[in-house]
Amino acid sequence: MSTDFAPEELLIATVADMLTGLGHVAVGAQSPIPGTAALLARARSGGSLRVSMLGSETQSPFTDGGRELFDCAAQGRIDAFFLGGGQIDGQANINLVGIGDYPDTKVRFPGSFGSAYLYFLVPRVILFREEHTARVLVPKVDFVSAPGVSEKNTYRKGGPHALVTGRCVFDFDDVTKRFRLQSVHPGHTVDDVREHTGFDYDVPDDVPETIVPDRETLSLLRGEIADAVTERYPAFATKIFGQANAA
Amino acid sequence: MITSIEDLAARILDGATVALSPDYSGVSMVTVRALIARGAKDLHLIGVPSVGFQGDMLIGAGCIATLEAAAVTLEEYGPAPQFNAAIKAGTIKMIDGTCPAIHAGLQAAEKGIPFMPVRGIVGSDLLTHRDDWTIGQDPFGEEDGPIVMVKAIRPDVALIHAPLADRHGNVWIGVRREMMLMAHAARDTLVTAEEIYDGDLLADEKLAPGTIPGLYVSGVAEAAKGAWPIGLFGRYGPDDAHLRDYLERASTANGFTSYLDEFVYAPKAAE
Repeated sequence: MSTDFAPEELLIATVADMLTGLGHVAVGAQSPIPGTAALLARARSGGSLRVSMLGSETQSPFTDGGRELFDCAAQGRIDAFFLGGGQIDGQANINLVGIGDYPDTKVRFPGSFGSAYLYFLVPRVILFREEHTARVLVPKVDFVSAPGVSEKNTYRKGGPHALVTGRCVFDFDDVTKRFRLQSVHPGHTVDDVREHTGFDYDVPDDVPETIVPDRETLSLLRGEIADAVTERYPAFATKIFGQANAA
Repeated sequence: MITSIEDLAARILDGATVALSPDYSGVSMVTVRALIARGAKDLHLIGVPSVGFQGDMLIGAGCIATLEAAAVTLEEYGPAPQFNAAIKAGTIKMIDGTCPAIHAGLQAAEKGIPFMPVRGIVGSDLLTHRDDWTIGQDPFGEEDGPIVMVKAIRPDVALIHAPLADRHGNVWIGVRREMMLMAHAARDTLVTAEEIYDGDLLADEKLAPGTIPGLYVSGVAEAAKGAWPIGLFGRYGPDDAHLRDYLERASTANGFTSYLDEFVYAPKAAE
């Protein structure tokens, strides 16, 4: 097998590396890349990582309906979760509602889902948004679905861990409350990230290239992981791994 | 207890507050079409906690005045065209929420209490647009920070589709227990079921724990493929080609009308 890889496979491998050593990762709606990353991390963990995929018939352990994930998170039983955003700003605020002056939004997004809650309760929230442009990564979101940081007296057990985009990885510094450029994906540069990012962030002197997936990872991904992801994200599995559409 | 789909649709009165579940749960598309066919108006829809194709279709057909949900999502199929058009035109009032707050509001209703505290949310702009959410304190003083409280949500009707129901009104939903929560919280629960189970679902110890007792249920209609073109857990998947056709047509007003003519009004007229 060739070591050529699709951009999505790099993102999957990058996110999977952030889940090493965790006990329980949950995956929400419309999250094919994070969902695939979680399944990859599980396969590598030798069974010690539990993955719960919302809305899946075969990958969800929950028996108490839609509320159970949220109750589970509030009890500290979920270590990592993924959130996205139509807009994300430099304080890690996310907007899943719309662009413009709410409620008169010019562009409407699907809605906040469980973000306004899970962002506070899951220790390691990985922000994921493939599109890395100045219209997505903005100085200030038009609507705060969920705030990146909170006042000291607010009950908050979790928050932003990293932001993974199609160009780079940022980590989030809890002290400065700012993003820091951690690595840049092959084919992109520090300057190119700067040009397409609307918010201000920190850049260390030396920014490495994002580690690319090795042969073993790619073979795992294209084999058993591709099969497992087909049930929940058939269109995605077809596009990336050429899986037969199950629907 | 056992009645027709048209009767279920007639019992959802104009102006009613109606709870619906997401597309991965039990969705009674057959009753949604009957509601559109009877010209239902001014419904207040509550997504538990989000809605999919049922919401988009009801909005496009002009049945909805208010939509309360954590999201409107067609999942892999992309943005909901009629929902987006209605937001743009200002023809529906949107009450944006978050999943656990909707669950908590329904839990308050099922317990018969006026409100429920919920974690998180503090600092979200959602809060500033909700007059039915407020910030309070732990009355026992164990925590000194703010805690959000949401008002009970008491739907007039919960409308669901299930694999099995019996003649006593017991409805088997398996692990899809958001439908149990909806039934507990709503005044009336109206159900379509793939099959009428010959016997008593509560008498089977394997089925009983996943069964909504008939005491919460006001009406059941038999409807094989009642979730079509959406899938039903454990039974069948979504009709992918049909949903893609819907999406294409629903991206324009004329296309959406042609969809309703073909799949809602013409089948009714032929009956």
